[in-house]
Amino acid sequence: MSVRVGLAGTAPGFPEAAKTLLSNTQLRHNLRHATNVIRKKRERVVAEMPDWQDLRNTAHEIKNHVLRHLDTYLEQFEMACVRAGGHVHWARDADEANRIIVGLIQERGHKEVIKVKTMTSDEIQLNTALQSAGITPYETDLADLIVQLGGDQPSHIVVPALHRNRMEIRKLFLEKMGLESLGDRPEDLTEAARQYLRERFLRVKTGISGANFAIAETGSICVVESEGNARMCTTLPEMLITLVGIEKIIPKFRDLEVFLQLLPRSATGERMNPYNSIWTGVTPGSGPQAFHVVLLDNGRTKILTDRESRATLDCIRCGACLNACPVYRQTGGHAYGSIYSGPIGAILTPQLQSMEHSQTLPYASSLCGACYEVCPVKIDIPEILLRLRNRIVSNGDAPLSERIAMKSAAVALSGPRLLRIAHAAARLGQIPFKKGGAIRSLPGMLAGWTEVRDLSAIPKQSFRDWWKERERAKAK
Amino acid sequence: MTRSSREQILNEIRRATGGPSNQQEVEYAGIRREYRLAGTLNPRARLKMFLDRLNDYNAGTVVCEPDRVAEHIASTLTSRGKQRIIVPAGFPRQWLPAGFEFIDGAGLNYRELDRSDGVLTQCSLAVAFTGTIILQDQAPGEGARALTLVPDYHLCIVDEARIVETVPEAVRALEDSKTVAITTISGPSATADIEMTRIKGVHGPRTLDVIIIGAVPRADT
Repeated sequence: MSVRVGLAGTAPGFPEAAKTLLSNTQLRHNLRHATNVIRKKRERVVAEMPDWQDLRNTAHEIKNHVLRHLDTYLEQFEMACVRAGGHVHWARDADEANRIIVGLIQERGHKEVIKVKTMTSDEIQLNTALQSAGITPYETDLADLIVQLGGDQPSHIVVPALHRNRMEIRKLFLEKMGLESLGDRPEDLTEAARQYLRERFLRVKTGISGANFAIAETGSICVVESEGNARMCTTLPEMLITLVGIEKIIPKFRDLEVFLQLLPRSATGERMNPYNSIWTGVTPGSGPQAFHVVLLDNGRTKILTDRESRATLDCIRCGACLNACPVYRQTGGHAYGSIYSGPIGAILTPQLQSMEHSQTLPYASSLCGACYEVCPVKIDIPEILLRLRNRIVSNGDAPLSERIAMKSAAVALSGPRLLRIAHAAARLGQIPFKKGGAIRSLPGMLAGWTEVRDLSAIPKQSFRDWWKERERAKAK
Repeated sequence: MTRSSREQILNEIRRATGGPSNQQEVEYAGIRREYRLAGTLNPRARLKMFLDRLNDYNAGTVVCEPDRVAEHIASTLTSRGKQRIIVPAGFPRQWLPAGFEFIDGAGLNYRELDRSDGVLTQCSLAVAFTGTIILQDQAPGEGARALTLVPDYHLCIVDEARIVETVPEAVRALEDSKTVAITTISGPSATADIEMTRIKGVHGPRTLDVIIIGAVPRADT
């Protein structure tokens, strides 16, 4: 079994990637604009909810409850889905899920699929697997289409093409859709996407979707969307395959009353997103007559074993923590080297694919807590970040310079004598770098610290010396 | 014999959580639910809220008395320039005005749906707080899911009695038919994928009109 999260296994570390991206001013402009717009909209529609905190509390409790009884709920889901005419498959990792899905499509001899936006399919790199089996996937969400046509990677969980502005999208569409002319208003670009996809919606015989919620009680799937592309993909094809992370289970139908209030307001700042589709198995005379669910583990059961960071699996992928994060708002999603970016990505990616990759991600945060404030299911992301940092350090995987620094600090702080010597040494050592009361640049491996901030100079007298002097003066 | 992936995943979960527990139902029942389970508005205010939300989504709205539905369907379709309209089984025939071509939705293939000018339906429920219309698959007057999806125009007739104020009220009203496929519609198809500007109309119906049968609000309110 091998757990894979998109291309995260080979991505460069966060600081390295962030450095390149920060110099892209166009990207930063697009990012700032888009995240500001969503944040403002979210704030407005959350403020009009008198019971927002109550809903968060309930969602948090439901999610915790599900994880504690995940085995029972998954079995319940399977039984109900099969009873309603669906088929349920279980996949331990990305390769197994891809094999199952490719197999189902080949069995029918289909050569093309239409896809609803699903992060989980990006996680398992389904498109690559489909293409190497000679099957053409069409992304149908506008932003995903932009990412696919551009050979790009998603940079946001909810609006994956947020890093692109309209001029860039226009250029891409002109080139890839073979159009002669195209305006640059969002309306023109949207119309082009509609024309491009309509024929495919009516023609293609396999649809692939993810799930926002899978209801154990009824075996139903709920997909939340705006454009109508998910309705197309889950209604028109002969066969529908739905890929579901095992953590997407909710116990009962009525729990939708909680999540359908929290998700749209958190994700896009809307009172309700234009469309929700909820279906159960196969309905004679309407929708796909063959329905398959693939339940995916891919590292999730491993996250479940750690009680303290288990809440990572509560995530409903609203993206609110990305928009709120001062780090994400500067670097954008690509710096995280994973399709799961922002604060949630910084805890999800390293846990899913074990700590050997993405070790820099738990450090891609100032621990300001904005992510926790906006999280609709109350995941304490800063707490989990700290826990992961701790795990990295105790595995002996921290950078060498940090390990030396921490070891030296431990020695110096172990007794008053050594601390006094360290203070004296530092006071002397800082002289060449001190300007006024501050140190503006340090040499060698300490340079990183002062690159973006000043350090207060070490004062002439330490607190201990001052205290001693004071006691002496009193005694006189 | 190697164990199936199903067994392996379930075993991993049980190892992590300590295995199945007989407390599951009790625990579920103990989940705190302090959020609003019902609204507080009177019918008039509820209707006004529903209209406001729909307008906010850029949907067209009209409120009319029960005996004037056909008349308003006619004027709405005319103002949108729609002529060939699909109607699902069970839609009240007495509401269909003269002068239009109404096509029986049953048995049409997707391309035929695509060639129509639009679709005319009723709905199972509506939610004022979120401006949402709820359709149940193949319910009388609501049609199969594809009917309200492929055509570019949707005109929905909402009986005021079917409007609830909050999302929990709607979800609980659906409890008895919860395995019937549901589509919830909140305004016309839209996207905000380009520079976070909400653009009306992508793949679903790009225009949504709603006629509400109920007490017509007085001009002074």
